[in-house]
Amino acid sequence: MTALPSLRSGTVARITRTTAQIREIVVTPFIVTILVYCLLPLLFFISLFIGRYDVVPSHVILLLAAPIVNLLPADIVHIYPVWSAAEENVIWQIRLPRVIAAVLVGAGLSVAGAAYQGLFKNPLVSPDILGVASGAGFGAALAILLSWNMAMIQVSAFCFGILAVTITYMLSRFYRTTPTLILVLSGIIVGAFFTALISLTKYVADPYEKLPAITFWLMGSLAAVRYSDIVMVVPLFLLATVAILLIRWRINLLAVGDDEARALGIDTKRMAQVIILCSTLITASAVCIAGIVGWVGLVVPHLGRMLVGPDYTKLLPACLLLGACYMLIIDDLARMLTNAEIPLGILTAIIGAPFFAYLLSRRSVGWI
Amino acid sequence: MDMILDVQQAGFRYDLRRMIFSDISFSIAEEEVLCILGPNGIGKSTLIRCLANLNPLCAGSIRLHDRDIRSLNHRDVAKIVGYVPQAHEIVFPFPVREFVLMGRAPHLELFSSPGREDYAKADEAIDLVGIHKIADKPVNEISGGEYQLAMIARALAQEPEVLLLDEPTSHLDFGNQIRVLEIIDRLARDGLSVIMSSHFPDHAFLTSNNVAIMQHGSFMAYGLAEDVVTEENLKETYGVDVSITYSRDVERHVCVPHKSGQCRCRDPQHPECMTAPGVLLQAAR
Repeated sequence: MTALPSLRSGTVARITRTTAQIREIVVTPFIVTILVYCLLPLLFFISLFIGRYDVVPSHVILLLAAPIVNLLPADIVHIYPVWSAAEENVIWQIRLPRVIAAVLVGAGLSVAGAAYQGLFKNPLVSPDILGVASGAGFGAALAILLSWNMAMIQVSAFCFGILAVTITYMLSRFYRTTPTLILVLSGIIVGAFFTALISLTKYVADPYEKLPAITFWLMGSLAAVRYSDIVMVVPLFLLATVAILLIRWRINLLAVGDDEARALGIDTKRMAQVIILCSTLITASAVCIAGIVGWVGLVVPHLGRMLVGPDYTKLLPACLLLGACYMLIIDDLARMLTNAEIPLGILTAIIGAPFFAYLLSRRSVGWI
Repeated sequence: MDMILDVQQAGFRYDLRRMIFSDISFSIAEEEVLCILGPNGIGKSTLIRCLANLNPLCAGSIRLHDRDIRSLNHRDVAKIVGYVPQAHEIVFPFPVREFVLMGRAPHLELFSSPGREDYAKADEAIDLVGIHKIADKPVNEISGGEYQLAMIARALAQEPEVLLLDEPTSHLDFGNQIRVLEIIDRLARDGLSVIMSSHFPDHAFLTSNNVAIMQHGSFMAYGLAEDVVTEENLKETYGVDVSITYSRDVERHVCVPHKSGQCRCRDPQHPECMTAPGVLLQAAR
């Protein structure tokens, strides 16, 4: 007799827990998935309508639909150009590459940031922790100082970004103690060194022409992105992102501890090399088409962790999508807010910093 | 009998100046529990790290099923040896189930994520140590005892043949210490071999068949618990006086420390005992 009530209450408790679990496990990710998957195409589309040059909205739709619809036989349906040549130029040659670049840069920086946070077991790490941004910044500044053309500026930025991280990695090998800590310290050393070189470049640059060019480049912008830039970075970019996504479950083990990961049969040194290589390729590519864009790689992984939890199998895809959305919004604001373009780096920090403070105040990030 | 793990003349040092340990030999068979005792900083953890293939030996050999550990890769070792380190802080709030699931790593290919079967194995391990109630809680919000059990569950999800535990009871309250030891004991009876280090000689009587005392960079004593955990050995190892007596209530040997100054040795060469209050009192009489 006495066993019955306790059994019943146990069953009830179990059922309530299961419902709560179902809500937690199924419903939340479902909403998140829907939100994120729908948000990105929506934002992508909206971003094409936004800009200083007024394009009639119906023209935008027709312009975008034309190449696909016109594949069909002309006697069934055909879209005839009702738009001006300038409109066509703005949409296809300026806005579309710009929007594609925003998606790539946002997604890439977020994935690289999340991977680094796992590798360094530290949620305060951003993709430029190993000095890639300072290195790339110096590469670009030097190229501008030497009056190289746009393509060479990008190549120089990319190469110096890679060089900076290579130096950081060699330096950390040289000391041969606690690997991740010494990597971060080496990153600080190399970052400081290249930041000083940037200052030196600015100091000797012609103050009327080259100094502003360097300064604007360092603040980041997507205004000048062309298809050729995207084509240049896309192969490496995709390769690196896919590589990180493929090993994403194993980043969980790195995030818990190096020793434990090794005891579980993971080659942690090789994993670290792969993550550093891929993240560096992604970040250097992003920097060379968009300039230095801070905060994205720090804030978006936190947002992702709040929405889908710390498991990298879910976190990295979420970061990919959220990062792309975040960057699209930032770039839209950069175009819309004032008559002149606002540099991206300024906006990502002005919006990113208070947003980050808000995220932390929610206390649901799980590590404070 | 087939030895799962066989250690011969093992030696290790971090640098050329100081040997951490040397000339350690022992082996462990199925269902055997070996408890390693010894003072702080003597190299117990280092020895266990060597057995887990985290530090390479400088001398001697470790053989798993008669194959040298150096000829095996990390993944093959991880299928035989499960390692439970000392508790340390984890930054990211992984739920306990995801945390335990990480133990499946040696059984998964490089690019794959755990599947239904792996989740089942993880849940099985969670049930085995009895932490299913906290399976969805973040691992950095559970208590020290629960965390220790979660780490043991993760090692069990690995499906190892030998479990290495580095001071599994440190930082735990009295009740949790006993609970963890009981679980270790049960696992051993179910066929798992266990090597654990401990600070409490009494734990050796609770769970182990074999005990080794590590002192001065080697095993000072190694054998059955009753032969090794003696008053003399513990005095030499820890420099404190204990009594080992058989308790009829719990039907095993127990190790009880003396209150300081109440040593029974009465050795005139032993100044602490001669100046102890009890002795002075006796002298006064």
